Amino acid sequence: MELFWYCIIAIVLAIFFILDGYDFGTGIIHLFYAKTEQDKEVIAKSAGLFWDSNEVWLVAAGGMLFMAFPTYYASVFSGFYLPLIIVLWLIIFRAIGLELRSHFKASMWTSIWDKSFGISSLLLALFFGVALGNVVRGVNLGGVENNTSLYEAHYFFLPLWNSSFSPTGTHPGVLDWFTIVIGLISVVTLAIHGANWIILKTNSSINKKLKNTVFKANITLLGLTIFSLFVWHNINPQPFSNFQENPWLIIFPLIYMSGITGLFFVKKYQNEMPAFLCSTAVILGGITSSLASMFPKILPSTNSTNESLTIYNTAAEEYGLSVALTWGIIGFILLFIYLIVQKRLMGGKIDHMNYGH
Amino acid sequence: MEDMLFYDRVQFAFTITFHYIFPQLTMGLSLMIVYFKWRYLRSKIEKYNDAAKFFMKIFAINFTMGVITGIPMEFQFGTNWAKFSELTGSIIGQTLAMEGMFSFFLESSFLALFIFGEKLMGQRLHFLTGFLVFVGSWASGYLILATNAWMQHPVGYEILENGKFVLTNFSSLFSNPWLLPAFLHNQIASLVTSSFLVASIGAFYLLRNKNQSYGKLFLKTGVIFGFFSSVLLAFPTGDWNAKNVAKYQPAAFAAMEGIFHTEEAGAEIVFVGQPNMVEKKLDNKISLPNVLSFLTHQKWDKQIPGMDQFDESELPDNIPALYYSYHIMVGLGTIFIAIMGFSLFFLWRKKLFTMKPLLWILLFLVPFPYIANLTGWYVAELGRQPYLVYGLLRTSDGISPTVSSGNTLFTLLGFIALYMLLGLLFLLLVGKTIYKGPKPQTH
Repeated sequence: MELFWYCIIAIVLAIFFILDGYDFGTGIIHLFYAKTEQDKEVIAKSAGLFWDSNEVWLVAAGGMLFMAFPTYYASVFSGFYLPLIIVLWLIIFRAIGLELRSHFKASMWTSIWDKSFGISSLLLALFFGVALGNVVRGVNLGGVENNTSLYEAHYFFLPLWNSSFSPTGTHPGVLDWFTIVIGLISVVTLAIHGANWIILKTNSSINKKLKNTVFKANITLLGLTIFSLFVWHNINPQPFSNFQENPWLIIFPLIYMSGITGLFFVKKYQNEMPAFLCSTAVILGGITSSLASMFPKILPSTNSTNESLTIYNTAAEEYGLSVALTWGIIGFILLFIYLIVQKRLMGGKIDHMNYGH
Repeated sequence: MEDMLFYDRVQFAFTITFHYIFPQLTMGLSLMIVYFKWRYLRSKIEKYNDAAKFFMKIFAINFTMGVITGIPMEFQFGTNWAKFSELTGSIIGQTLAMEGMFSFFLESSFLALFIFGEKLMGQRLHFLTGFLVFVGSWASGYLILATNAWMQHPVGYEILENGKFVLTNFSSLFSNPWLLPAFLHNQIASLVTSSFLVASIGAFYLLRNKNQSYGKLFLKTGVIFGFFSSVLLAFPTGDWNAKNVAKYQPAAFAAMEGIFHTEEAGAEIVFVGQPNMVEKKLDNKISLPNVLSFLTHQKWDKQIPGMDQFDESELPDNIPALYYSYHIMVGLGTIFIAIMGFSLFFLWRKKLFTMKPLLWILLFLVPFPYIANLTGWYVAELGRQPYLVYGLLRTSDGISPTVSSGNTLFTLLGFIALYMLLGLLFLLLVGKTIYKGPKPQTH
């Protein structure tokens, strides 16, 4: 039952990053590439029409994590206190940026909210990558100093960084050079994803240029990915043991690699969908590969005193998990149906759709 | 440790207070939008359709604000109240996750369809999307109230040796005797806020001599809804809730009513007075003897336990705040019935639309239902102290063990600054929408 909920939550989270991921990416592209007023408006609209229904998946994932793995929710949310609250603020700035820009037709007004949308999207993409990096790397569970725990074994508190920015050792911070590399991978991936989304949904004048950008960014992404694997090996001597024991798990890294491979042909595709599907594969493959490499751990311990958090030692009891299954499945199906209906209703280019105010 | 608890509580209180400005309007307003749209379907008079669409714009701004201030609430259970989340997450996580999945989803998706899809869908389907927005927002209220009801009066649980609360009966979360009265009271209160806003906008248009026909429609609808919801708020829903508090949380009941000493022959009802915590009495008291016993138990001489009957550690930790919140809520509720009663009378005599003084009062009455709603929630939350889960888990045992008070103070200051900005922008946008007024359809 733990495993089932783990899979459901992983899927919901992956869907969130795929969907809201293009909003973040759109923000990054908007920040650096949108020059004319018309492009700015259309590109902001391609995120603005969808962000709130995409955020439903974040709220759903958060709620399910709370219900199914309460100990994990408590540990991670309090341990990463500052970065999480900063993420909340960024989500707010992203949202008001998108919602407010079109309320007054004045260039100062729109440019303030465009920057709010763009910068917070960029930082959110970075922070979500850093978060993944932290979860993969692990934390000093129990706050161990000289072999004694300061807190209960499943609690911790992470500073934003330690003096050496080093991911090795027992006292890592939120930002170190490993998590920053993962953060950069996230930024590049989501920028590619956002560019593909813009190309798919709009007739902006920079679409052609963006294909070029995607191609170049993809080279960077490949480089960063290879680099991160070496770094990762440095932190965790056996990062691939799960894949050796269960060869079928290889499918997740394969999804990731097929996405990157596909993106190299971005200029050749006749229509827009394949490129978007490729960046979707990169996000999906990246998240699932990271989770698969750790399984059943969901937060490794960097000390030898306290054991890592796994799906088994943080889950709620059997009865609660099984009653939640009924409403959980219904809810998941509803969300999925809505997603399909929405994509069909708002399919095609959105240049001429109306914001409604 | 004391510091940590204090800042965690202040941050939650501040963020939830600001958040609840928005849902309290949208829940009631969605029902009124359904009403306008339904009137349009029946009568085909454009004015009603314009009203529905106009208020959906105001709804949308409030909904967006509700979403962006609501996500921090979900996060804060984990960030600031980790121990509480760890111990009770398998129970309250059920209702909170359902809220996120079903109601938030219904609202956000059908709101978009309502706003974008009128021409695409035709009138009947458009009505249906409006109706589903209403269902979503009330379901949201229901599930949040179910969560809160469990904290006020825990049911269907078992406590393990390690202190964890485990769910043993899912359906009892919804048959909790605390839930239905609290839900109805809360929803009616939300209807009060929205009807007062509708009436206020109507009064604004009439006083401004602009959008006259809308002004009359809004004023009339707002006053009718406003009167009946204000009455229902006091009786039966308010009365029902007070009886629940007396039954399940007698210490909170004594504190909110300001009963320091138990009267053997029946308790008095206090209208005015300030709690004097040093001498344990009320200063400047105006009260009526025995009325509280009658209202609560329908017996004039029934004894109601005062605060002297409870151990200090079982009493709410901020008795004056609880007492004032309760008296402000009840006082405002009474004033609402009176003003709306007058307005309804003059509406019936066909004089309301030209009665300037009353229109001015209705125009500026709008902040007060917000205050009444929020103080009502303070009564519920302060009354539950010193517990998070009444009688079982103390508030001081629920905070995050690793988050220092300095960190919480920092984020609290950040939230205050950010929410002030949000508040300003919100007023600007709603103000602009109201100022522009409903646009007649141009075909």
